[in-house]
Amino acid sequence: MNVRRMQGSERADTALTTSGGWGVNLNIRKLENKVLLAITLIGAAIWIFPLYWAFVTSIRDEDHVVSENAGILPDMFNLTAYVESIFNTSILKWYVNSIGTSLIITVLVLISGMMCAYALSQMRFPGRRILYAVVMASFMIPTQALVVTQFVLMNDMGLVNTWAGIILPQLIVPVVIIVYKQFFDAVPKEMREAVLLDGGGEYTLLFKIYLPLNWGITTALAIITFIMAWNQFFWPFLVITSEDMMTIPVGITQVRDTFGVSYARVMAVALLGAAPVAIAYLIFQKKVTEAVMISSGVKG
Amino acid sequence: MTLIAPFVLIFGLVFLYPMIRVVELSFTNAPLIGSGEWVGLENYRQLLTDNLFYTSLKNNGYFVLLTVIPTTVIALAIAIAVNRLSGRMQALVLATFFLPYILPVSVVTQIWAWMLDFQFGILQPVIEYFVGEPVAVFKQPAWVMPTVAVVTIWWTNGFNVLLFIAGLRNIPKELYEAASLDGATRRQLFMKVTWPLLWPVTALVMTLQLILQLKLFDQVYLLSGGGPFNSSYVLLMMVYREAFQLNNGGYASAVALVLFVVIMVVSVLQFQLLRMGGRK
Repeated sequence: MNVRRMQGSERADTALTTSGGWGVNLNIRKLENKVLLAITLIGAAIWIFPLYWAFVTSIRDEDHVVSENAGILPDMFNLTAYVESIFNTSILKWYVNSIGTSLIITVLVLISGMMCAYALSQMRFPGRRILYAVVMASFMIPTQALVVTQFVLMNDMGLVNTWAGIILPQLIVPVVIIVYKQFFDAVPKEMREAVLLDGGGEYTLLFKIYLPLNWGITTALAIITFIMAWNQFFWPFLVITSEDMMTIPVGITQVRDTFGVSYARVMAVALLGAAPVAIAYLIFQKKVTEAVMISSGVKG
Repeated sequence: MTLIAPFVLIFGLVFLYPMIRVVELSFTNAPLIGSGEWVGLENYRQLLTDNLFYTSLKNNGYFVLLTVIPTTVIALAIAIAVNRLSGRMQALVLATFFLPYILPVSVVTQIWAWMLDFQFGILQPVIEYFVGEPVAVFKQPAWVMPTVAVVTIWWTNGFNVLLFIAGLRNIPKELYEAASLDGATRRQLFMKVTWPLLWPVTALVMTLQLILQLKLFDQVYLLSGGGPFNSSYVLLMMVYREAFQLNNGGYASAVALVLFVVIMVVSVLQFQLLRMGGRK
């Protein structure tokens, strides 16, 4: 550090002598800041453009969408595409399937995860090290490589085209265990001993002390798990073949077949499918941001 | 003991058992549903002569090249830009860059397929400006993978931006203040402070991206369907095709295992490499 600072101050001296003082440097910095801000905003505008364009398309009527004089600005406010999407597709059923399966996945993953993490963190039992190694390893294992035999298994159990079929293979989310364990490790040991002396058991400890102490983490992990489950495409796509049982991400791919070439309706369905999570994100932006950071281990 | 039971049971059922079964199946000629005969290494031998396998392998590698480093660089640039903002402006700009990440993949592909539509796509004039003519991007072999890469970066980049922002926030402000007082330029600040201290996050982003992009399926399936002429097949699509379209459970299992091994080897290798790089 010392060496670096020395080098820095030497450079400062040369900068002062060559550029004629701080005033000029500051002005240049201010200008640079403005240019950088402009670039950032242009970048953001480009980045959001696809969503903007999907929206503009969805509120036009089909003829106008493909007409020569359809410009880049919104010039119509026509909700036909939305109305038709809601009434002519099974999107309402897909919502129910998506919300139902994602909620069940989130609850089951959190409960089984926190229990397992608690045992790993606070208890000593034979096989503990192996279990921990398994959790860490499954973090790296690509589940996609298992879809063939997972499908065979679901078929053998008669779970193809059912919620249980969608849910079961999505219940292993090792990151939940890993994050919970980290936070449980940090809880002071004295609390545990006090409760055990009072005759409380491990379940009392977990649900009365460790869990309430870590509500923030629970919310964060719930958000992440829910978003992951909601957006899951590959597995539900394989295990569901009947249109009524589809989830949102799988269902909206059917729309092209239903409507043929009809861009406004395709965009309307896509946006309807994206809306719940997108709106939830915009409302709870800070919470979601935090959740992503915590679950990736960058921020503790 | 009852505490670990739910996880262990589910793990055994949907992870361990399918894992063992996929290895077993890869040595048989079983259809997707039903049993087959033991054929030893026949499936693997067949793989070595399967052109689609080489195409897929090549495309997986190509796609990693097209996405991992570009998305890391773009995410870092965006993170630095967003980090300079404050208050509502920062929240707004960050939301703009993050929003695509929480969209279902099929929403993303529907929107991009429309924007790139050969006849009416809003991006065709842009393509025409650069290439001289409109291009049916998902019907031209040379265009498919790069286009899928662009769509993928747009979709998943927000996650990386967040990781970098978290990393940037972890760098103590005093370091910048000290260095600025010493007259360090922006470039020096970045090279001497930001980059070395951010290295662990950069390594994390690259590792996660590498593994994620090797598992490519959704975007290719939804955008090009592996075409034209199977030229944009990737390994996971081959698994899907063999198992669910051609009913070759055994052969599909062999492909799945190759993918499995590739991902494990690559991630262990990269992990080691990055750790060495970080030490320097």
